[in-house]
Amino acid sequence: MPTPTSRIRNFSIIAHIDHGKSTLADRLLERTGAVTEREMREQLLDSMDLERERGITIKAQAVRLTHRAADGQDYVLNLIDTPGHVDFSYEVSRSLAACEGAILLVDAAQGVQAQTLANAYLAIEAGLEIIPVLNKIDLPAADPDARAAEIVSILGGRPEDVLRVSAKTGAGIDELLERIVAEVPAPGGDPDAPLRALVFDSYFDAYRGVVCSIRVFDGVLCSGDVAHFMATAGTHEADEIGVLVPRPKQVSELGPGESGYLITGVKEIDRIRVGDTITHPRRRAETPLAGYAEPKPMVFSGLFPSDGDDFERLREALEKLRLNDASLVWEPETSRALGFGFRVGFLGLLHMEIVRERLEREYDLDLVATAPSVAYRVTTTAGEVREVRSPQDLPPVDERTSLQEPYVKAMVLVPSEFTGTIMELLQQRRGEMDGMHYLTEDRVELTYHVPLAEIVFDFFDTLKSRTRGFASFDYEPADYRESDLVKVDVLLAGDPVDAFSTITHRDKAYEYGRAMAQKLRELIPRQLFDIAIQAAIGSRIIARETVKAQRKDVTAKCYGGDITRKKKLLAKQKEGKKRMKMVGSVEVPQEAFVAALRVDDAS
Amino acid sequence: MSEPVAAYLHIPFCDRLCPYCDFAVVTGRGSDTDRYIDAVVSEILADRPAAPLRTVFIGGGTPSSIPASSIERLLGALSRQHGLADPEVTLESNPEHLAQDLVTSLASVGVNRLSMGAQSFDPVVLRALGRRHRPEDIDVGVAAARAAGMASVSLDLIFGHPAETDASWEATLERAIGLDVDHVSTYALTVERGTALSRSIAEGAPAPDDDVQADRYEVAVDRLGRAGFEHYEVSNHGRPGHRCDYNTEVWAGRPYLAYGLGAHGFRDGTRFRNVRAFDAYVTRVESGGSPRQGVDPIDPWEQEVDRFMIGLRIRDGVELGEAGPAFLDTDSGRRLVLRGILEVDGAMARVVDPLLTDAVAREVVGLSPPR
Ligand SMILES: Nc1nc2c(ncn2[C@@H]2O[C@H](COP(=O)(O)OP(=O)(O)OP(=O)(O)O)[C@@H](O)[C@H]2O)c(=O)[nH]1
Ligand code: SF4
Ligand SMILES: [Mg+2]
Repeated sequence: MPTPTSRIRNFSIIAHIDHGKSTLADRLLERTGAVTEREMREQLLDSMDLERERGITIKAQAVRLTHRAADGQDYVLNLIDTPGHVDFSYEVSRSLAACEGAILLVDAAQGVQAQTLANAYLAIEAGLEIIPVLNKIDLPAADPDARAAEIVSILGGRPEDVLRVSAKTGAGIDELLERIVAEVPAPGGDPDAPLRALVFDSYFDAYRGVVCSIRVFDGVLCSGDVAHFMATAGTHEADEIGVLVPRPKQVSELGPGESGYLITGVKEIDRIRVGDTITHPRRRAETPLAGYAEPKPMVFSGLFPSDGDDFERLREALEKLRLNDASLVWEPETSRALGFGFRVGFLGLLHMEIVRERLEREYDLDLVATAPSVAYRVTTTAGEVREVRSPQDLPPVDERTSLQEPYVKAMVLVPSEFTGTIMELLQQRRGEMDGMHYLTEDRVELTYHVPLAEIVFDFFDTLKSRTRGFASFDYEPADYRESDLVKVDVLLAGDPVDAFSTITHRDKAYEYGRAMAQKLRELIPRQLFDIAIQAAIGSRIIARETVKAQRKDVTAKCYGGDITRKKKLLAKQKEGKKRMKMVGSVEVPQEAFVAALRVDDAS
Repeated sequence: MSEPVAAYLHIPFCDRLCPYCDFAVVTGRGSDTDRYIDAVVSEILADRPAAPLRTVFIGGGTPSSIPASSIERLLGALSRQHGLADPEVTLESNPEHLAQDLVTSLASVGVNRLSMGAQSFDPVVLRALGRRHRPEDIDVGVAAARAAGMASVSLDLIFGHPAETDASWEATLERAIGLDVDHVSTYALTVERGTALSRSIAEGAPAPDDDVQADRYEVAVDRLGRAGFEHYEVSNHGRPGHRCDYNTEVWAGRPYLAYGLGAHGFRDGTRFRNVRAFDAYVTRVESGGSPRQGVDPIDPWEQEVDRFMIGLRIRDGVELGEAGPAFLDTDSGRRLVLRGILEVDGAMARVVDPLLTDAVAREVVGLSPPR
């Protein structure tokens, strides 16, 4: 017998990064007895090594709890812990689609931040019941009254309804459980209607193949049923269904309102689409559930194996990573400087960093990454519209009629004293102000229309340093607009190095070229001859630097006969040089290829 | 494989540790001299006899800090074990030790080439280097060596300390030339890991500058060359007939014996090194054991590559042999020739600018045999 919907509550925990979602989930797991004291560890649902190391959630995680409420009834609580970082906000959208409620968690010291707002809006749009909760009330810097007022200003309601908890000490957790039971609506759904279950996530298990996270809306899915996937039109047997408690526990059926996992024996992740609706082939649902758009990569970077022989291994590694990260896309790229590699699309810089780290660590690859770029939209003289993801692919000026760049809607939340600073910064970043809204007397929300390229790379660090860490920031894709963009090339010893090319706004090209040439002069070690470094727009040189030839490369003594040591030393130095890339006749250290990323640190 | 005709003896005693030094050295153990000499003598006498020696190098440490009678015992042991064929016998010394009677005694026990750690004639630089002698001690030492009838007198000089100026270095060279010595070694000050010098630099003291050292190096080659010295190895200059035989053997890739703590040798296709710690060395030898810390058999190809690599330091050039053509057939070999860094003339190869020797040597290490 499936659990009656009246005793099911489905909710996500949403918040700004680090406001304590995963820690709150720990307390809920503990208080409902899902894990024993011995099994407990901090941020238990962050199970990936990288999540644990970085202390952040990357992938949403669902878990089923059983709670005996004050009314003496047992309730099934399906909790989804979500990531707070903007790169992974699509995980939040997916999670919300499987829920009727959301806990909006706010750090009682920091207050409402940009991702608090962004995620709150997502939950409102999805029509969810929101339970506002202040966390970390144990902190000396906590100011719950002021923070409650901020929350009320976005969500409405009364300040006294904002629950106060500490996920660290456990204060307020019992009350929160009662509020979940009382306020999150019981799911609707008709057990006798044709089956409709939403695939809200999927991951790859080396032994079991693709595991789908599903939420049943109508009908009942039984173990052994044949499941029809409406969007992909695939039909697969439900080999196993179950729930995560948090260990996987097999069940014989999942009814309306219930969430769980489904294993079908499908091994290729591409055959399952997150957002798809599952139904029974014999008794099909008429309309699928509203799915969601695939996450769109925002930045692209070239990944090249340091050792050209590793190209195939890199491809295999990317394919394996994709099994658990459907947002990863790539296409082969060839660079004269770096050889064969891939142009890989990422959701943002954090995503890029994580993917790169996983490739290097889990697949033992040594990679050179080129400076990331956004995707430009070009119309050629032949009338063809093309997406350009790499500066190398930009058609020359006389072969294009239009060059557009992606814009985003950016939202910055700051104490009002920094309003001027933010306006100035966004002006430098070619932003246009859309609006300004006082959240409270001293917190202001500024929204801007701004080129993605201006905010996706170093903007966050600059923002933080200019506002002493008080600003937070979120963005979402908007549209494409025509811009006066130019391609800046970098030449080493007279030869253009494709991997160093960049597309930038004309007004910034000169400064960029100069900074890049200087940076390279610092990074490229002296060699046996002078090396000219030039930055150019077309054939016009805009900056020039020289790495002077090395004059002395010899040891004074032959180590009193210790030839073994001498050889070891030379061999080690040679190994160090191997880590450099030969670009024409010049040895370039690998860091140089990402130098462009940090060139405008100062701005 | 030919038998060695060269031997190195290591005397680790020093009065005080110089801040830049990373040699195998002990300080404050003068009272252990006899025990140490006994150990080295035992090590020599336990060795398999080689050919009569044609060159002996007594290095350190500071061999001039022990009595001539100790040197005599060591040479006696070498003579008994291997025989001596009228060898060149070099002894490294510190100027402040070179009183006439010591130098005369050294000459009488067989030392005929005196090498002096002069380092500089500038008191400021000497102090910066942590040396205890005065410039005048060098003059006195050279005079003593001449009076004792040493066949060859050599000075070691160190250049490129941040405390040194162009003028000071030139003055040092002029003084050395003025003393009419037979041989001069000029060493760029090198910051070795774990030394007091490297620690002070890590704490913010100025480091030697490569470009400055390159300039000073070129000045030395020029001045000494004009004064009649042949620049025969990266750091060595000798008047005709005064090149160091011992080093010539080593640089030619031929075998050499080595005794004493921390000493390195090469024999029977094997490179070996002795333990560096004083007590470990002495107790091992005393208990009849081997003082070896490592033995490294080198296959014939690697020996040939070593010969070629070490030979790059020789200013006359190195014979191509088998390794030469193999190297010239690699990308890096071709590139170095093309850029004019390595020059090939008949059966010889030569690094054109000695300051870039390691740039070539680095490419040679690990060279694979031709197929
Ligand atoms: N003092 C105090 N610290 C807390 C509390 N809740 C969480 N923390 C700490 O806040 C930090 C972030 O907690 P997480 O649970 O990882 O936050 P998160 O919201 O899941 O973070 P992301 O998944 O990266 O968005 C950790 O160091 C927690 O120990 C609390 O109630 N009080
Ligand atoms: S005298 Fe020579 S061996 Fe002794 S510590 Fe000084 S530099 Fe080193
Ligand atoms: Mg988390």
